[in-house]
Amino acid sequence: MNRFLSGLLFLTWACGPVSAQDTKKEIQKYQQMIAEGSPVELFELEGEALWKKPQGPHNVSLEKCDLGQGPGVLKAAYARLPRYFKDADRVMDLETRLLHCMTTLQGRSREEATKRVFGNENQPSEMEYLSAYIASQSRGVKLAAGRSHPKEKEAYELGKALFFHRAGAWDMSCASCHGEENKRIRMQELPVMSKPQFARPIMATWPAYRVSNSQFKTMQWRLNDCYRQMRYPEPNFASDATIALNTFLTVTAAGEPYRGPGTKR
Amino acid sequence: MTRVWFFSLAVFPLLAGAQATIDVQKVLQRDFHARGQATMDRVVQDGLQRVCTESNDRPPAELAKQLEADQLKTIAFPEGSLIGDWKRGERIAQGGRGLTWNDKPGAPADGSCYNCHQLSPQEMSHGTLGPSLLRFGATRGNGTEMQRYVYGKIYNAKAYNLCSHMPRLGHSGTLTPEQIKDLVGLLLDPASPVNK
Repeated sequence: MNRFLSGLLFLTWACGPVSAQDTKKEIQKYQQMIAEGSPVELFELEGEALWKKPQGPHNVSLEKCDLGQGPGVLKAAYARLPRYFKDADRVMDLETRLLHCMTTLQGRSREEATKRVFGNENQPSEMEYLSAYIASQSRGVKLAAGRSHPKEKEAYELGKALFFHRAGAWDMSCASCHGEENKRIRMQELPVMSKPQFARPIMATWPAYRVSNSQFKTMQWRLNDCYRQMRYPEPNFASDATIALNTFLTVTAAGEPYRGPGTKR
Repeated sequence: MTRVWFFSLAVFPLLAGAQATIDVQKVLQRDFHARGQATMDRVVQDGLQRVCTESNDRPPAELAKQLEADQLKTIAFPEGSLIGDWKRGERIAQGGRGLTWNDKPGAPADGSCYNCHQLSPQEMSHGTLGPSLLRFGATRGNGTEMQRYVYGKIYNAKAYNLCSHMPRLGHSGTLTPEQIKDLVGLLLDPASPVNK
């Protein structure tokens, strides 16, 4: 379906000169079409099954995992992440907290649980399925990442500093692409992620299904792939740097009702 | 000579010294790992990356001039005409491979030019982070001076605008001198679609 739609879109462009306005309209039409045919619900269902499935040396499910609202409470949990967790003395985002529950509750080794955090077209990862399910339980809840604990404030400041930090083989910071309004890479519009009005709709729809590669993607993946394209070394999964960036972005988007998991181009 | 039109990108003045107490480089060294050709030396900021980060891409004029002069010295201009094969240049401009951790080390890289710039009018899918380069040579000519400027700008954009967001494509080892000449051809050859 994706190829077909891309082809259709291409034809629309190719048939004579089109104004930037027309192009924008066509892209919006395309985004609406892909949202209507999205398989996000299937990922949510698979995630629910994995949440309830006994696993690991302790042979228990994740159902007693505390995502910040109490053991097993999923309602509104995702919308209030990242946040500080006293038991780990650390700010954690969803994937980091899930990893924590896998190692503590289920007794799995960190190595085993992180062996395959990003899936592919043929086989999504456990993290991706679980993220879809847990995020779906926050629909309608306003984004409210933690911002009162000193470690939450610290994470926000670090995330902000990372966002504007230029390094790597191509001298890039996040702001190189996400720092100025009305810019594109190829046809992809670039949200200014340091500004609330742009961060809000984006953070309210991640994690998300990506039509262009038929995969469900998490925020950890989103940051990872930005750094790949920025020609940096690879960020460690669930590292403080990635959590800090996620905190900065989610706090910037605070107050937006969560409406994901989304469907992206 | 006016040079700002080639590539200038202002970043919002949001940080204003907020990060003075955070050692971001140390965090990157702790929380990132080498993978493939993307080695850890890449998170060590060089002088201009540091100056641009700390000044929010607005370095003091005197310092910028001095550092731009240093960057200019990194460019080795080849002898003779710098106008290569625009057809090869178009392919280099289209491609986006190179230098990421999942690119094959040693394989030829591309310029990723269309990610940010409009070039040939036939390519509708172009980015807008950089200025449009449509009819670049047609409006500016292709004399020796212009050839040297375009070659230099692609080789090391920071020699002309210290905190430009354009990668230093020659200096970083992304493109070879031969590839850069082909891109100069794409921009300056009267036969190139860019100038039609």
